[in-house]
Amino acid sequence: MSEKPKRRVALKVLGATLGAGAFARAMAPLASWSKDLSMGEFLQKHYSEMTPDEMNTVMRRLESNTKRDYGRDVNIRDIRPSEGVEFGYALNLSVCIGCRKCAEACHNENNHDRRTNNSYIRVLEMEQGSFDMEKGNATYTHAVPAAGKYYMPVQCQQCSNPPCVNVCPVQATWKEPDGIVVVDYNWCIGCRYCEAACPYHARRFNWTKPEIPAEEINPDQAYLSNRIRPQGVMEKCTFCLHRTREGRLPACLEACPTGARVFGNMLDPNSEIRWVLANKRVFVLKEDLGTDPRFFYFFDE
Amino acid sequence: MRGAPISGSDTDACRGMTGAYPTDTIAKRVPKTLMFYFQSIHRCLRLLASIGALTLVGCNQSPSTRPTPITAGSDLHPTVINEPDRLTSIETGTPDPRGVPTRVACRTCHSLRQSNPLPNSMDKLTTFHQHIAFNHGDSTCSSCHVEGQHDRIHLANGTVLPLTEALSLCKQCHGPQYRDYSHGSHGGMNGYWDRRRGPRTRNHCVDCHDPHAPQIPMVMPAPPPRDRFLKAHVEEDAHE
Repeated sequence: MSEKPKRRVALKVLGATLGAGAFARAMAPLASWSKDLSMGEFLQKHYSEMTPDEMNTVMRRLESNTKRDYGRDVNIRDIRPSEGVEFGYALNLSVCIGCRKCAEACHNENNHDRRTNNSYIRVLEMEQGSFDMEKGNATYTHAVPAAGKYYMPVQCQQCSNPPCVNVCPVQATWKEPDGIVVVDYNWCIGCRYCEAACPYHARRFNWTKPEIPAEEINPDQAYLSNRIRPQGVMEKCTFCLHRTREGRLPACLEACPTGARVFGNMLDPNSEIRWVLANKRVFVLKEDLGTDPRFFYFFDE
Repeated sequence: MRGAPISGSDTDACRGMTGAYPTDTIAKRVPKTLMFYFQSIHRCLRLLASIGALTLVGCNQSPSTRPTPITAGSDLHPTVINEPDRLTSIETGTPDPRGVPTRVACRTCHSLRQSNPLPNSMDKLTTFHQHIAFNHGDSTCSSCHVEGQHDRIHLANGTVLPLTEALSLCKQCHGPQYRDYSHGSHGGMNGYWDRRRGPRTRNHCVDCHDPHAPQIPMVMPAPPPRDRFLKAHVEEDAHE
Protein backbone atom coordinates (compact mmCIF):
# COMPACT_ATOMS: atom_id res chain seq x y z
CA MET A 1 0.00 0.00 0.00
CA SER A 2 2.76 2.35 0.88
CA GLU A 3 4.89 1.33 -2.19
CA LYS A 4 2.62 2.97 -4.80
CA PRO A 5 2.61 6.55 -3.52
CA LYS A 6 6.40 6.43 -3.27
CA ARG A 7 6.76 5.44 -6.88
CA ARG A 8 4.30 8.14 -7.87
CA VAL A 9 6.33 10.74 -5.98
CA ALA A 10 9.49 9.51 -7.65
CA LEU A 11 7.87 9.79 -11.06
CA LYS A 12 6.59 13.27 -10.25
CA VAL A 13 10.02 14.41 -9.15
CA LEU A 14 11.57 12.90 -12.26
CA GLY A 15 8.98 14.56 -14.48
CA ALA A 16 9.42 17.91 -12.78
CA THR A 17 13.20 17.70 -13.11
CA LEU A 18 13.00 16.81 -16.78
CA GLY A 19 10.44 19.56 -17.34
CA ALA A 20 12.56 22.16 -15.59
CA GLY A 21 15.59 21.00 -17.54
CA ALA A 22 13.76 21.17 -20.85
CA PHE A 23 12.43 24.63 -20.00
CA ALA A 24 15.90 25.88 -19.09
CA ARG A 25 17.27 24.42 -22.35
CA ALA A 26 14.47 26.02 -24.35
CA MET A 27 15.07 29.40 -22.76
CA ALA A 28 18.87 29.24 -23.11
CA PRO A 29 19.00 31.13 -26.44
CA LEU A 30 17.17 33.99 -24.75
CA ALA A 31 20.08 34.56 -22.39
CA SER A 32 22.66 34.85 -25.16
CA TRP A 33 20.21 36.77 -27.34
CA SER A 34 19.72 39.50 -24.76
CA LYS A 35 23.46 40.19 -24.78
CA ASP A 36 23.34 41.30 -28.42
CA LEU A 37 19.89 42.80 -28.37
CA SER A 38 19.41 45.85 -26.20
CA MET A 39 15.99 46.89 -24.91
CA GLY A 40 16.02 49.86 -27.29
CA GLU A 41 16.60 47.57 -30.24
CA PHE A 42 13.89 45.16 -29.10
CA LEU A 43 11.33 47.95 -28.77
CA GLN A 44 12.38 49.79 -31.95
CA LYS A 45 9.48 50.76 -34.21
CA HIS A 46 9.13 50.26 -37.94
CA TYR A 47 11.01 52.84 -40.07
CA SER A 48 7.77 54.48 -41.23
CA GLU A 49 6.48 54.89 -37.67
CA MET A 50 9.55 56.45 -36.11
CA THR A 51 9.54 60.16 -35.31
CA PRO A 52 12.66 62.13 -36.29
CA ASP A 53 13.79 62.04 -32.65
CA GLU A 54 13.37 58.28 -32.38
CA MET A 55 15.15 57.86 -35.72
CA ASN A 56 18.00 59.96 -34.42
CA THR A 57 18.30 57.86 -31.26
CA VAL A 58 18.34 54.66 -33.31
CA MET A 59 21.03 55.93 -35.66
CA ARG A 60 23.26 57.10 -32.81
CA ARG A 61 22.82 53.66 -31.18
CA LEU A 62 23.77 51.95 -34.46
CA GLU A 63 26.84 54.18 -34.74
CA SER A 64 27.99 53.27 -31.25
CA ASN A 65 27.32 49.57 -31.98
CA THR A 66 29.51 49.83 -35.08
CA LYS A 67 32.21 51.46 -32.99
CA ARG A 68 31.92 48.68 -30.42
CA ASP A 69 31.79 45.75 -32.87
CA TYR A 70 34.01 46.99 -35.69
CA GLY A 71 36.12 49.71 -34.09
CA ARG A 72 35.26 52.40 -36.59
CA ASP A 73 33.55 55.80 -36.23
CA VAL A 74 30.84 55.99 -38.87
CA ASN A 75 28.16 58.50 -39.77
CA ILE A 76 24.69 57.02 -40.29
CA ARG A 77 22.09 59.33 -41.83
CA ASP A 78 18.46 59.06 -42.81
CA ILE A 79 18.18 60.55 -46.29
CA ARG A 80 14.66 60.89 -47.66
CA PRO A 81 13.59 60.89 -51.31
CA SER A 82 13.33 64.19 -53.20
CA GLU A 83 10.15 65.41 -54.84
CA GLY A 84 10.12 65.14 -58.62
CA VAL A 85 12.77 62.42 -58.71
CA GLU A 86 12.28 58.83 -59.85
CA PHE A 87 15.48 56.98 -60.52
CA GLY A 88 16.19 54.92 -63.60
CA TYR A 89 19.25 52.95 -64.65
CA ALA A 90 20.30 51.69 -68.06
CA LEU A 91 23.18 49.46 -69.08
CA ASN A 92 24.79 49.22 -72.50
CA LEU A 93 25.54 45.54 -73.16
CA SER A 94 27.54 46.43 -76.28
CA VAL A 95 30.29 48.10 -74.30
CA CYS A 96 30.27 46.10 -71.04
CA ILE A 97 33.47 44.02 -70.99
CA GLY A 98 32.66 42.01 -67.85
CA CYS A 99 35.56 43.36 -65.77
CA ARG A 100 33.47 43.26 -62.54
CA LYS A 101 34.70 46.69 -61.51
CA CYS A 102 31.06 47.58 -60.71
CA ALA A 103 30.67 44.58 -58.43
CA GLU A 104 33.95 45.43 -56.72
CA ALA A 105 32.91 49.07 -56.20
CA CYS A 106 29.58 47.88 -54.78
CA HIS A 107 31.41 45.53 -52.42
CA ASN A 108 33.49 48.40 -51.03
CA GLU A 109 30.85 51.12 -51.06
CA ASN A 110 28.15 49.07 -49.38
CA ASN A 111 30.23 47.48 -46.60
CA HIS A 112 29.76 43.93 -47.79
CA ASP A 113 31.05 40.85 -46.02
CA ARG A 114 34.69 40.39 -47.04
CA ARG A 115 34.65 36.62 -46.50
CA THR A 116 32.04 35.92 -49.20
CA ASN A 117 33.19 38.80 -51.43
CA ASN A 118 29.51 39.70 -51.60
CA SER A 119 28.13 42.34 -53.93
CA TYR A 120 24.67 43.40 -55.07
CA ILE A 121 25.82 42.95 -58.67
CA ARG A 122 26.40 39.64 -60.41
CA VAL A 123 28.03 39.90 -63.80
CA LEU A 124 26.72 37.06 -65.94
CA GLU A 125 28.86 35.75 -68.77
CA MET A 126 26.43 34.86 -71.54
CA GLU A 127 26.74 33.05 -74.86
CA GLN A 128 26.32 35.43 -77.77
CA GLY A 129 22.97 34.69 -79.35
CA SER A 130 21.48 33.28 -76.15
CA PHE A 131 19.33 35.13 -73.72
CA ASP A 132 18.76 32.64 -70.95
CA MET A 133 19.77 34.48 -67.81
CA GLU A 134 19.67 31.24 -65.80
CA LYS A 135 22.52 29.86 -67.92
CA GLY A 136 24.75 32.86 -67.26
CA ASN A 137 28.02 32.12 -65.48
CA ALA A 138 28.77 34.52 -62.63
CA THR A 139 32.04 32.95 -61.43
CA TYR A 140 34.31 33.21 -64.51
CA THR A 141 37.95 34.05 -63.77
CA HIS A 142 39.56 34.27 -67.24
CA ALA A 143 40.53 37.42 -69.13
CA VAL A 144 37.59 39.38 -70.51
CA PRO A 145 35.92 39.98 -72.87
CA ALA A 146 36.19 36.35 -74.03
CA ALA A 147 35.41 35.49 -77.66
CA GLY A 148 31.79 34.52 -78.31
CA LYS A 149 30.55 35.88 -74.98
CA TYR A 150 28.81 38.97 -73.78
CA TYR A 151 28.45 40.23 -70.23
CA MET A 152 25.29 41.16 -68.41
CA PRO A 153 25.58 42.69 -64.93
CA VAL A 154 22.42 41.98 -62.95
CA GLN A 155 21.42 43.79 -59.79
CA CYS A 156 18.12 44.84 -58.20
CA GLN A 157 15.85 46.01 -61.00
CA GLN A 158 13.88 48.28 -58.59
CA CYS A 159 10.64 46.91 -60.05
CA SER A 160 7.54 49.07 -60.02
CA ASN A 161 5.58 45.91 -59.23
CA PRO A 162 8.07 44.21 -56.91
CA PRO A 163 7.25 40.58 -56.05
CA CYS A 164 9.71 40.72 -53.14
CA VAL A 165 7.69 43.49 -51.47
CA ASN A 166 4.41 41.66 -51.99
CA VAL A 167 5.59 38.50 -50.21
CA CYS A 168 7.16 40.12 -47.15
CA PRO A 169 5.02 38.99 -44.19
CA VAL A 170 6.10 41.87 -41.94
CA GLN A 171 6.42 44.79 -44.40
CA ALA A 172 10.12 45.10 -43.70
CA THR A 173 10.70 45.92 -47.37
CA TRP A 174 8.84 48.48 -49.44
CA LYS A 175 9.08 50.79 -52.42
CA GLU A 176 10.03 54.42 -51.79
CA PRO A 177 8.49 57.34 -53.76
CA ASP A 178 11.66 57.71 -55.86
CA GLY A 179 11.39 54.10 -57.01
CA ILE A 180 13.98 52.47 -54.77
CA VAL A 181 13.00 49.26 -52.98
CA VAL A 182 14.49 49.36 -49.49
CA VAL A 183 14.75 47.10 -46.45
CA ASP A 184 14.47 48.10 -42.79
CA TYR A 185 17.23 45.73 -41.63
CA ASN A 186 16.04 46.08 -38.03
CA TRP A 187 12.48 45.04 -38.92
CA CYS A 188 13.40 42.12 -41.19
CA ILE A 189 12.79 38.69 -39.61
CA GLY A 190 15.03 36.87 -42.11
CA CYS A 191 12.38 34.53 -43.55
CA ARG A 192 13.93 34.89 -47.04
CA TYR A 193 10.55 34.85 -48.81
CA CYS A 194 11.69 37.92 -50.77
CA GLU A 195 14.84 36.15 -51.90
CA ALA A 196 12.69 33.33 -53.28
CA ALA A 197 10.23 35.73 -54.88
CA CYS A 198 12.82 37.83 -56.75
CA PRO A 199 13.16 36.59 -60.34
CA TYR A 200 16.52 38.38 -60.74
CA HIS A 201 18.40 36.77 -57.80
CA ALA A 202 18.96 40.31 -56.55
CA ARG A 203 18.54 39.78 -52.83
CA ARG A 204 21.19 38.48 -50.47
CA PHE A 205 20.93 36.96 -47.02
CA ASN A 206 23.39 37.64 -44.20
CA TRP A 207 24.09 34.10 -43.06
CA THR A 208 26.78 35.37 -40.72
CA LYS A 209 27.73 38.66 -39.15
CA PRO A 210 29.56 40.57 -41.91
CA GLU A 211 33.35 40.60 -41.50
CA ILE A 212 34.98 43.89 -42.50
CA PRO A 213 38.33 45.26 -41.30
CA ALA A 214 37.88 48.66 -39.59
CA GLU A 215 40.05 50.50 -42.11
CA GLU A 216 37.98 49.20 -45.05
CA ILE A 217 34.60 50.30 -43.67
CA ASN A 218 32.93 53.06 -45.66
CA PRO A 219 31.91 55.52 -42.91
CA ASP A 220 29.43 57.40 -45.15
CA GLN A 221 26.33 55.37 -44.33
CA ALA A 222 22.56 55.59 -44.41
CA TYR A 223 19.97 53.73 -42.34
CA LEU A 224 18.25 52.28 -45.41
CA SER A 225 21.33 51.53 -47.49
CA ASN A 226 24.93 50.71 -46.71
CA ARG A 227 25.14 50.61 -42.92
CA ILE A 228 26.59 47.27 -41.81
CA ARG A 229 23.74 44.78 -41.79
CA PRO A 230 23.12 42.53 -38.78
CA GLN A 231 23.26 38.74 -39.08
CA GLY A 232 20.11 36.99 -40.27
CA VAL A 233 18.56 39.75 -42.40
CA MET A 234 18.07 40.35 -46.11
CA GLU A 235 19.90 43.03 -48.04
CA LYS A 236 19.74 44.39 -51.58
CA CYS A 237 20.91 47.09 -53.97
CA THR A 238 19.52 50.51 -53.06
CA PHE A 239 20.92 52.39 -56.08
CA CYS A 240 23.40 53.73 -53.46
CA LEU A 241 20.65 55.95 -52.05
CA HIS A 242 23.09 57.55 -49.59
CA ARG A 243 24.85 58.93 -52.68
CA THR A 244 22.08 59.26 -55.27
CA ARG A 245 19.61 61.05 -53.00
CA GLU A 246 22.28 63.71 -52.58
CA GLY A 247 22.64 64.05 -56.35
CA ARG A 248 25.77 61.90 -56.69
CA LEU A 249 26.18 59.02 -59.11
CA PRO A 250 26.03 55.45 -57.79
CA ALA A 251 29.36 53.76 -56.98
CA CYS A 252 28.98 51.09 -59.68
CA LEU A 253 28.56 53.74 -62.37
CA GLU A 254 31.63 55.69 -61.28
CA ALA A 255 33.69 52.51 -61.29
CA CYS A 256 32.64 51.43 -64.80
CA PRO A 257 35.68 51.92 -67.06
CA THR A 258 33.70 51.71 -70.30
CA GLY A 259 30.78 53.98 -69.47
CA ALA A 260 28.26 51.19 -69.98
CA ARG A 261 26.07 52.54 -67.21
CA VAL A 262 23.60 55.43 -67.45
CA PHE A 263 21.81 56.74 -64.36
CA GLY A 264 19.43 59.60 -63.79
CA ASN A 265 16.04 61.05 -63.02
CA MET A 266 13.34 59.56 -65.23
CA LEU A 267 11.06 62.53 -64.54
CA ASP A 268 13.58 65.00 -65.99
CA PRO A 269 13.05 65.09 -69.78
CA ASN A 270 16.61 66.37 -70.30
CA SER A 271 18.32 63.60 -68.34
CA GLU A 272 20.70 61.09 -69.91
CA ILE A 273 18.48 58.19 -68.92
CA ARG A 274 15.55 59.73 -70.78
CA TRP A 275 17.70 60.15 -73.88
CA VAL A 276 18.61 56.47 -73.75
CA LEU A 277 15.00 55.40 -73.28
CA ALA A 278 13.94 57.56 -76.23
CA ASN A 279 16.80 56.77 -78.62
CA LYS A 280 18.08 53.26 -77.86
CA ARG A 281 16.39 49.92 -78.27
CA VAL A 282 15.97 49.23 -74.57
CA PHE A 283 14.51 46.13 -73.01
CA VAL A 284 13.97 44.82 -69.50
CA LEU A 285 14.78 41.42 -68.07
CA LYS A 286 11.96 38.86 -67.86
CA GLU A 287 9.40 41.37 -69.08
CA ASP A 288 6.74 38.63 -69.22
CA LEU A 289 6.66 38.47 -65.41
CA GLY A 290 5.10 41.92 -65.23
CA THR A 291 7.55 43.21 -62.66
CA ASP A 292 7.97 46.52 -64.53
CA PRO A 293 11.68 47.11 -63.78
CA ARG A 294 13.38 50.50 -63.60
CA PHE A 295 16.60 48.93 -64.83
CA PHE A 296 16.98 48.83 -68.60
CA TYR A 297 19.41 47.11 -70.94
CA PHE A 298 20.33 48.10 -74.45
CA PHE A 299 22.66 47.22 -77.32
CA ASP A 300 24.24 49.74 -79.65
CA GLU A 301 23.04 49.43 -83.23
CA MET B 1 33.80 101.82 -25.76
CA ARG B 2 33.87 99.86 -28.99
CA GLY B 3 34.97 101.54 -32.19
CA ALA B 4 33.24 101.12 -35.51
CA PRO B 5 35.75 98.63 -37.05
CA ILE B 6 35.22 96.14 -34.23
CA SER B 7 31.44 96.08 -34.39
CA GLY B 8 31.91 95.59 -38.15
CA SER B 9 34.08 92.55 -37.49
CA ASP B 10 31.50 91.23 -35.05
CA THR B 11 28.86 91.28 -37.76
CA ASP B 12 31.22 89.37 -40.02
CA ALA B 13 31.83 86.83 -37.30
CA CYS B 14 28.11 86.31 -36.78
CA ARG B 15 27.77 85.54 -40.47
CA GLY B 16 30.48 82.97 -40.05
CA MET B 17 32.88 84.86 -42.28
CA THR B 18 36.60 84.75 -41.75
CA GLY B 19 37.48 88.30 -42.79
CA ALA B 20 40.94 89.68 -41.92
CA TYR B 21 40.96 91.62 -38.68
CA PRO B 22 41.68 95.29 -39.48
CA THR B 23 44.53 95.47 -36.98
CA ASP B 24 46.36 98.38 -38.57
CA THR B 25 43.48 100.85 -38.47
CA ILE B 26 42.67 100.09 -34.85
CA ALA B 27 46.28 100.07 -33.73
CA LYS B 28 46.57 103.71 -34.74
CA ARG B 29 43.66 104.69 -32.55
CA VAL B 30 43.86 102.54 -29.38
CA PRO B 31 46.64 101.55 -26.93
CA LYS B 32 48.07 98.00 -27.08
CA THR B 33 46.41 96.75 -23.86
CA LEU B 34 43.01 97.71 -25.22
CA MET B 35 43.89 96.04 -28.53
CA PHE B 36 44.46 92.75 -26.72
CA TYR B 37 41.12 93.20 -24.94
CA PHE B 38 39.28 93.81 -28.20
CA GLN B 39 40.91 90.87 -29.87
CA SER B 40 39.88 88.54 -27.03
CA ILE B 41 36.26 89.72 -27.31
CA HIS B 42 36.41 89.20 -31.05
CA ARG B 43 37.77 85.68 -30.68
CA CYS B 44 35.04 84.77 -28.19
CA LEU B 45 32.36 86.07 -30.52
CA ARG B 46 33.86 84.19 -33.46
CA LEU B 47 33.85 80.99 -31.39
CA LEU B 48 30.20 81.53 -30.42
CA ALA B 49 29.29 82.18 -34.03
CA SER B 50 31.00 79.02 -35.26
CA ILE B 51 29.23 76.96 -32.56
CA GLY B 52 25.98 78.49 -33.77
CA ALA B 53 26.79 77.64 -37.38
CA LEU B 54 27.64 74.05 -36.44
CA THR B 55 24.33 73.72 -34.59
CA LEU B 56 22.51 74.93 -37.69
CA VAL B 57 24.34 72.37 -39.85
CA GLY B 58 23.42 69.70 -37.30
CA CYS B 59 19.74 70.69 -37.57
CA ASN B 60 19.85 70.33 -41.34
CA GLN B 61 21.23 66.82 -41.05
CA SER B 62 18.59 65.61 -38.62
CA PRO B 63 15.98 63.38 -40.26
CA SER B 64 12.97 65.11 -41.75
CA THR B 65 9.77 63.35 -42.60
CA ARG B 66 9.02 65.51 -45.63
CA PRO B 67 10.73 65.03 -48.99
CA THR B 68 13.41 67.66 -49.67
CA PRO B 69 12.24 69.87 -52.55
CA ILE B 70 14.76 70.65 -55.28
CA THR B 71 14.49 74.20 -56.55
CA ALA B 72 14.32 74.14 -60.33
CA GLY B 73 15.90 76.74 -62.58
CA SER B 74 19.06 77.25 -60.53
CA ASP B 75 22.39 77.32 -62.36
CA LEU B 76 23.90 73.98 -63.28
CA HIS B 77 27.35 72.96 -62.11
CA PRO B 78 29.86 72.37 -64.90
CA THR B 79 30.77 69.14 -66.64
CA VAL B 80 34.54 68.99 -66.97
CA ILE B 81 36.22 66.73 -69.53
CA ASN B 82 39.49 65.19 -68.35
CA GLU B 83 42.69 66.18 -70.07
CA PRO B 84 44.65 62.92 -70.13
CA ASP B 85 48.44 63.03 -69.72
CA ARG B 86 48.68 61.27 -73.04
CA LEU B 87 47.87 64.50 -74.85
CA THR B 88 50.80 66.46 -73.41
CA SER B 89 53.41 63.88 -72.45
CA ILE B 90 54.69 60.40 -73.21
CA GLU B 91 55.78 57.47 -71.05
CA THR B 92 59.55 57.10 -70.91
CA GLY B 93 59.43 53.35 -70.35
CA THR B 94 61.70 53.73 -67.31
CA PRO B 95 59.86 53.66 -63.98
CA ASP B 96 61.08 55.79 -61.07
CA PRO B 97 62.60 54.08 -57.96
CA ARG B 98 59.08 53.49 -56.54
CA GLY B 99 58.06 51.66 -59.68
CA VAL B 100 55.76 54.45 -60.89
CA PRO B 101 55.97 54.98 -64.66
CA THR B 102 57.60 58.29 -65.49
CA ARG B 103 56.37 60.61 -68.20
CA VAL B 104 58.13 63.30 -70.11
CA ALA B 105 56.42 66.30 -71.73
CA CYS B 106 56.33 66.29 -75.55
CA ARG B 107 58.08 69.64 -75.69
CA THR B 108 61.04 68.35 -73.67
CA CYS B 109 62.43 66.74 -76.82
CA HIS B 110 60.46 68.49 -79.55
CA SER B 111 61.55 71.99 -78.48
CA LEU B 112 65.21 71.02 -78.98
CA ARG B 113 65.03 68.72 -81.92
CA GLN B 114 63.64 69.18 -85.37
CA SER B 115 61.17 66.35 -86.11
CA ASN B 116 61.78 64.10 -89.07
CA PRO B 117 59.09 64.16 -91.76
CA LEU B 118 56.08 62.03 -90.77
CA PRO B 119 56.53 58.46 -92.01
CA ASN B 120 53.71 56.55 -93.70
CA SER B 121 54.19 53.40 -91.65
CA MET B 122 55.42 52.51 -88.15
CA ASP B 123 58.41 50.46 -89.30
CA LYS B 124 59.99 53.59 -90.74
CA LEU B 125 60.44 54.99 -87.20
CA THR B 126 64.06 54.27 -86.38
CA THR B 127 64.95 56.47 -83.40
CA PHE B 128 61.92 57.49 -81.32
CA HIS B 129 58.33 56.37 -80.69
CA GLN B 130 59.15 52.84 -81.82
CA HIS B 131 57.14 51.37 -78.93
CA ILE B 132 53.90 52.60 -80.44
CA ALA B 133 51.64 49.67 -81.33
CA PHE B 134 49.66 50.96 -84.24
CA ASN B 135 46.28 49.44 -85.06
CA HIS B 136 43.80 52.10 -86.05
CA GLY B 137 42.20 51.24 -89.35
CA ASP B 138 43.90 52.48 -92.49
CA SER B 139 45.04 55.78 -91.01
CA THR B 140 48.66 56.86 -91.09
CA CYS B 141 50.60 59.32 -88.92
CA SER B 142 49.70 62.26 -91.13
CA SER B 143 45.98 61.42 -90.98
CA CYS B 144 45.96 63.21 -87.64
CA HIS B 145 49.39 64.67 -86.84
CA VAL B 146 50.75 67.87 -88.34
CA GLU B 147 54.26 67.65 -89.75
CA GLY B 148 56.79 69.65 -87.75
CA GLN B 149 54.30 70.55 -84.99
CA HIS B 150 54.39 68.08 -82.10
CA ASP B 151 51.41 69.61 -80.26
CA ARG B 152 49.04 70.05 -83.19
CA ILE B 153 46.56 67.84 -85.01
CA HIS B 154 44.52 68.56 -88.08
CA LEU B 155 40.92 67.80 -88.96
CA ALA B 156 39.88 66.32 -92.30
CA ASN B 157 39.12 69.80 -93.62
CA GLY B 158 42.62 71.03 -92.77
CA THR B 159 41.76 72.97 -89.61
CA VAL B 160 44.74 72.78 -87.27
CA LEU B 161 43.93 72.29 -83.57
CA PRO B 162 45.96 71.85 -80.39
CA LEU B 163 46.45 68.18 -79.44
CA THR B 164 44.41 68.80 -76.29
CA GLU B 165 41.32 69.21 -78.50
CA ALA B 166 41.60 65.67 -79.83
CA LEU B 167 37.92 65.04 -79.11
CA SER B 168 36.99 67.11 -82.18
CA LEU B 169 39.33 64.95 -84.21
CA CYS B 170 37.89 61.62 -82.99
CA LYS B 171 34.29 62.61 -83.56
CA GLN B 172 34.87 63.20 -87.29
CA CYS B 173 34.89 59.43 -87.90
CA HIS B 174 33.22 58.14 -84.73
CA GLY B 175 29.99 60.08 -84.97
CA PRO B 176 27.66 57.58 -83.25
CA GLN B 177 30.10 57.25 -80.34
CA TYR B 178 30.31 61.01 -80.03
CA ARG B 179 26.53 61.29 -80.13
CA ASP B 180 26.23 58.72 -77.33
CA TYR B 181 29.08 60.37 -75.43
CA SER B 182 27.43 63.77 -75.53
CA HIS B 183 24.23 62.22 -74.17
CA GLY B 184 26.04 60.50 -71.31
CA SER B 185 25.70 56.95 -72.60
CA HIS B 186 29.28 56.27 -73.71
CA GLY B 187 32.42 56.89 -71.68
CA GLY B 188 32.73 56.85 -67.90
CA MET B 189 31.95 59.73 -65.61
CA ASN B 190 32.26 60.78 -61.98
CA GLY B 191 30.48 63.21 -59.71
CA TYR B 192 26.83 64.17 -59.75
CA TRP B 193 23.88 62.94 -61.81
CA ASP B 194 22.10 66.07 -60.61
CA ARG B 195 24.21 68.99 -61.79
CA ARG B 196 22.04 71.39 -59.83
CA ARG B 197 23.84 69.99 -56.81
CA GLY B 198 27.39 69.38 -57.99
CA PRO B 199 29.81 69.10 -60.92
CA ARG B 200 30.63 66.13 -63.10
CA THR B 201 33.87 64.88 -64.63
CA ARG B 202 33.80 63.08 -67.97
CA ASN B 203 36.44 60.79 -69.39
CA HIS B 204 38.16 61.91 -72.56
CA CYS B 205 38.18 59.47 -75.52
CA VAL B 206 41.87 58.74 -74.96
CA ASP B 207 41.41 58.09 -71.22
CA CYS B 208 40.17 54.65 -72.23
CA HIS B 209 41.19 54.25 -75.89
CA ASP B 210 44.81 54.39 -76.98
CA PRO B 211 44.54 56.65 -80.03
CA HIS B 212 47.09 54.48 -81.86
CA ALA B 213 45.26 51.20 -81.03
CA PRO B 214 41.78 52.16 -79.91
CA GLN B 215 40.34 48.73 -79.21
CA ILE B 216 40.17 48.18 -75.44
CA PRO B 217 42.56 45.34 -74.54
CA MET B 218 41.45 42.26 -72.62
CA VAL B 219 41.67 42.58 -68.84
CA MET B 220 41.53 40.22 -65.87
CA PRO B 221 38.22 40.68 -64.05
CA ALA B 222 37.90 41.49 -60.35
CA PRO B 223 37.46 38.32 -58.23
CA PRO B 224 34.05 36.58 -58.38
CA PRO B 225 31.72 36.26 -55.37
CA ARG B 226 32.39 33.28 -53.09
CA ASP B 227 28.76 32.28 -52.97
CA ARG B 228 27.89 28.64 -52.37
CA PHE B 229 24.70 28.91 -54.42
CA LEU B 230 26.57 30.15 -57.45
CA LYS B 231 28.91 27.15 -57.27
CA ALA B 232 25.93 24.80 -57.03
CA HIS B 233 24.45 26.52 -60.05
CA VAL B 234 27.55 25.86 -62.15
CA GLU B 235 27.52 22.18 -61.15
CA GLU B 236 23.90 21.88 -62.18
CA ASP B 237 24.84 23.24 -65.57
CA ALA B 238 27.62 20.67 -65.83
CA HIS B 239 25.08 17.84 -65.37
CA GLU B 240 23.01 18.98 -68.28
